[in-house]
Amino acid sequence: METLLPLLLIIGKSLLLLILGLTAIAYYLLADRKIWAAVMLRKGPNVVGPWGIWQSFADMIKFMVKEPIIPDGANKGVFMMAPLVTAALALSAWAVIPVNDGWAIANLNVGVLYIFAISSLGVYGIIMGGWASNSKYPFLSALRSAAQMVSYEVSIGFVIITVLLCAGSLNLNDIVKAQDTQWGMLGWYWLPLFPMFVIFFISALAETNRPPFDLVEAESELVAGFMVEYSSSPYLLFMLGEYVAIITMCALLVILFCGGWLPPANIWPLTEVPGVIWFVLKLTWFFFLFAMVKAFVPRYRYDQLMRLGWKVFLPLSLAAVIVVAGVLQFAGFAAQ
Amino acid sequence: MSVATAFFYLFSFITIASAAMVILGRNPVHSVLFLILAFVSAAGLFVLAGAEFLAMLLVVVYVGAVMVLFLFVVMMLDVDFAELQKSMRRYLPVSGLIGLVVLVELVLVVGSWTVAPQAVLSTPTPDGMSNTAALGQVLYTQYAYLFQAAGLVLLTAMIGAIVLTLQHRPNVKRQNISAQNARTRAGAIENKQVPSRTGVPVP
Repeated sequence: METLLPLLLIIGKSLLLLILGLTAIAYYLLADRKIWAAVMLRKGPNVVGPWGIWQSFADMIKFMVKEPIIPDGANKGVFMMAPLVTAALALSAWAVIPVNDGWAIANLNVGVLYIFAISSLGVYGIIMGGWASNSKYPFLSALRSAAQMVSYEVSIGFVIITVLLCAGSLNLNDIVKAQDTQWGMLGWYWLPLFPMFVIFFISALAETNRPPFDLVEAESELVAGFMVEYSSSPYLLFMLGEYVAIITMCALLVILFCGGWLPPANIWPLTEVPGVIWFVLKLTWFFFLFAMVKAFVPRYRYDQLMRLGWKVFLPLSLAAVIVVAGVLQFAGFAAQ
Repeated sequence: MSVATAFFYLFSFITIASAAMVILGRNPVHSVLFLILAFVSAAGLFVLAGAEFLAMLLVVVYVGAVMVLFLFVVMMLDVDFAELQKSMRRYLPVSGLIGLVVLVELVLVVGSWTVAPQAVLSTPTPDGMSNTAALGQVLYTQYAYLFQAAGLVLLTAMIGAIVLTLQHRPNVKRQNISAQNARTRAGAIENKQVPSRTGVPVP
């Protein structure tokens, strides 16, 4: 019995997070479309419910009741596995994200590495989907995406290392606590590590295949990328996995650079607000930035993308690791 | 049976079963996918043993980077595996014998394995220190030279791979990014006054 109880507790927590998270995703998706529409002076989805607030649920029901089509030449097992892998991996990253002090399903000692590992596994959903479709466009798209995600992971890794050097821990909870200084939001790592913050933001766009780096699904060249052959629920799972990965990257930006659940200043009315609200506010701000980038940045050319990853970000972040480590060591800021 | 024990048997079973599927699978891509599953469940075993840093490194390095390239190569290759398996059957007696000998040797070695009684049993997490910190402390102090040597070996291998594969082919169209970025509006755009109904000659 005593072995079963913690297991049930974990399952309960996971279900709660899953329900809240998926509901939030529905509205983030709607927000994405609304922001995009507003930039283009359109109205966006506005038919289902007031201001279109039920649009995502209507889409979900539509996808779920449609007939899933499996192409004749497809490798059926891998074809159906791919969206499951994408969605399950994306959701499992949320197991370690603390939305408030200690509010995580698993408070891992290597939380950052766990998220890094999970996000590097995300490429498998795309490769499997692209290969199993047995069609040219998805396969080309899968090749592109794998090269892109492997490239940008490298610079993300180095940026994470600079943050780890400053915080002195791999635990996400401790990283946020290390940013809790008397200077409020000026003590968060976005200010001392500002160049790394920018590199991480751009790499996060590339890692999640968001515009301007959405060459994976560049519709003018590859129709719809690796998802061409997918329809109904499998497609829905791909879509879900993609958006969950985006939110995860936003959450990582909040935790590593913007003080997680900490209030922007340690003064009275702000400190009374629950940490969860600060976390969600910051998360939404970063999602807004992601949506704005999608709305007004033109798509990169593939060689530009590779150049940016390997010839600009990699040397910059590598140099930053050395500089930050040197400054911490010789200026006496090193975490004990 | 505690939860940890149950998970140990689960991960071990998945590791062994997927390792078997790697060599039994007919489709090479399926084999690679099973190999990935084997790596991931081996990482799970590392976590259960308390070596969470190694587990995450296994996933990041092997599954996240090495196996992606592996999968790439296998997907691109067009190997007729029925043909390969035919020749495999011809060599089965010899390879089976070798495999058997190795298995017997392994059983003998592992069976007679004893830990010296005076040896201190090492645990992945020393008291009051996280797994990562403990690993870093021995890696960068006691084994610093070996660590550097390992880095040099990797660097040599990397340079070797680049030298072997880099070819400067003529007649390849390359993008010159600095030239593209250095273009200004004045150099790239020319306004022409077009007289009505005449058009401009195309250069």
